[in-house]
Amino acid sequence: MPAGSGGRAGVTGAGLAARGVRSSPSPGTIVAALEVLLLVVFALLPLALQDFWVIFVTRVLILALLALSFDLVWGFAGIMSFGQALFFGAAGYTVALLARDAGVTSIFLVLPAALAVGLVLAFLVASFLLLGRNPPSITFVALGTLTGSYAGDRLARGWYYLGGQNGIPSIPPMTAGPLQLTEGVTYYYLALASLIAVYAACRYLVGSQLGLALAGIRINEARMAFFGYGVQSLKAIVFSVAGAIAGLAGGLYAFHEGFVWPNLLGVILSTQIVLYALFGGVGTLIGAVIGVIAIEIVSFVLADAYPTVWPIILGVLLLVVILFRPSGLISLLVPRRARVGIFRVAARRPRRIPKEADDGAA
Amino acid sequence: MALLEATGVTKAFGQLTALSEVDFGVEEGQLHGLIGPNGSGKSTLLKCIAGAELPSSGRIRFLGRDLTQATPSARARAGLSLKFQVTSVFPELSVYDNVLLALQAQNPLTVLAFSRTRPGLHARVMEILAELRLLDRGAAAAAVLSHGEQQWLEIAMALASRPRLLLLDEPTAGMSLEERRATGELLVPLRRACSIVIVEHDLDFIREICDVLTVLDQGRVLETGTVEQIQKSRKVQEVYLTRV
Repeated sequence: MPAGSGGRAGVTGAGLAARGVRSSPSPGTIVAALEVLLLVVFALLPLALQDFWVIFVTRVLILALLALSFDLVWGFAGIMSFGQALFFGAAGYTVALLARDAGVTSIFLVLPAALAVGLVLAFLVASFLLLGRNPPSITFVALGTLTGSYAGDRLARGWYYLGGQNGIPSIPPMTAGPLQLTEGVTYYYLALASLIAVYAACRYLVGSQLGLALAGIRINEARMAFFGYGVQSLKAIVFSVAGAIAGLAGGLYAFHEGFVWPNLLGVILSTQIVLYALFGGVGTLIGAVIGVIAIEIVSFVLADAYPTVWPIILGVLLLVVILFRPSGLISLLVPRRARVGIFRVAARRPRRIPKEADDGAA
Repeated sequence: MALLEATGVTKAFGQLTALSEVDFGVEEGQLHGLIGPNGSGKSTLLKCIAGAELPSSGRIRFLGRDLTQATPSARARAGLSLKFQVTSVFPELSVYDNVLLALQAQNPLTVLAFSRTRPGLHARVMEILAELRLLDRGAAAAAVLSHGEQQWLEIAMALASRPRLLLLDEPTAGMSLEERRATGELLVPLRRACSIVIVEHDLDFIREICDVLTVLDQGRVLETGTVEQIQKSRKVQEVYLTRV
């Protein structure tokens, strides 16, 4: 089983054993152990942290959702999106407006609305960028999404109704019945539950037959069309799903921070998301999460220790990792060939060989 | 009715005319060889049939349907399958997954998302791997296969969707003599399941397995006929004596 792919079929280890790694734990085991470790740590953290840190880690959890959305499109489907912030920010603005102007703050309405905004907007962008007669190049899609993100930022800055440069401040808190969900432990667990649900869904998806198709598209898109796959449609669907995840993250972020501003739609955040995933390791769901945790913690520590030059130090650090560990931090633990995105490299040796197949081979 | 009818197919790349008014047909159950000197347009004709290139003019009908402008995906769904000249297996995936990938191609999205056909397709994957002598290599990454095995894997993938017409572009390219012989043995029984068009340079190989040959030269059809007819053809002999 590939690391963390979550498919039901398991690797017997025959392929790995043949490559002389019999004694090491399989990549799947390492990633599963990491997932459990992070889950336990995140579940227990609020018990040990002060309020300030709970708020900080909540933000990390929400950004991890956003990084997962990028990882799904780039790491698994090979679609380079520099525009995930567009879906994040648009959903954030939408729920902020719903709360401010319509008084809608119920979690059962605003989070589905955020999800839907991300989904629909991503589908519209995908229809334009991906669904033409000829398959688009990676550069076209990257620049197209980047332009979308930039345009969203400019639109928000220039539109008075959206608060212009200042954004929308003082968003009323999200509610669940009589309960107000403001920053703190409750919101922390809401963000954690959302991350776990999305992570589990992504894990299932990339381990499914659809995940195999996405791996094929990422490796050789043109070849896939000759099998009969509707390659561009599949890409548009995955792009839209990732947009929905970014939208959900945007909705959570808006209520957590209590205000939204144009940067949430813009190019800087879009690029930051790419860095999260690259830093942790694209094509691995857990890598994207680790990337967010690492960058956010390092940024915080550096900003505290070196208030004036920390962005330079962070930039150099990112460059070093990306230059010397192009597969990201996760590659320190899991070999590139056995990562999640590389679907079942050492595929299971099927447990049952049909009789007729046996005969045929004889 | 012929399975495939290509009529008046012309393909130009700028000033270069790779195919000129080519008529080409394949009958049900036929093993049809496409031969000719280098640059005669064999691979281009195959690409025009499979949809990798669109003809500049002419018509391509398959099972009575006009597929001239159809996408490769639509042609694959109609029952056409192409094995590329340059092996294009998925090197990072296992041999098993390469075949599964080809086999599940026509499943709807919901089926793929919930892996509904994985158990059902397992037997078929194993059957194909056995047929192509790759059963023992199922767990290996496609990248580690020998060149000959990669060619067989390509054929396995092209066969997976049970096509009505299999287009093989140089299936023995780069193979050893032993591998060529084995490939010939693999291909002949396949005709029970589908018609096959083979582009090949190895005339001995093609003579042994094909029923009908079409000879292309400089983008035009020089001759079509049985192996015996082609062997006796003066035009073909001239071309092969002077240009090959």
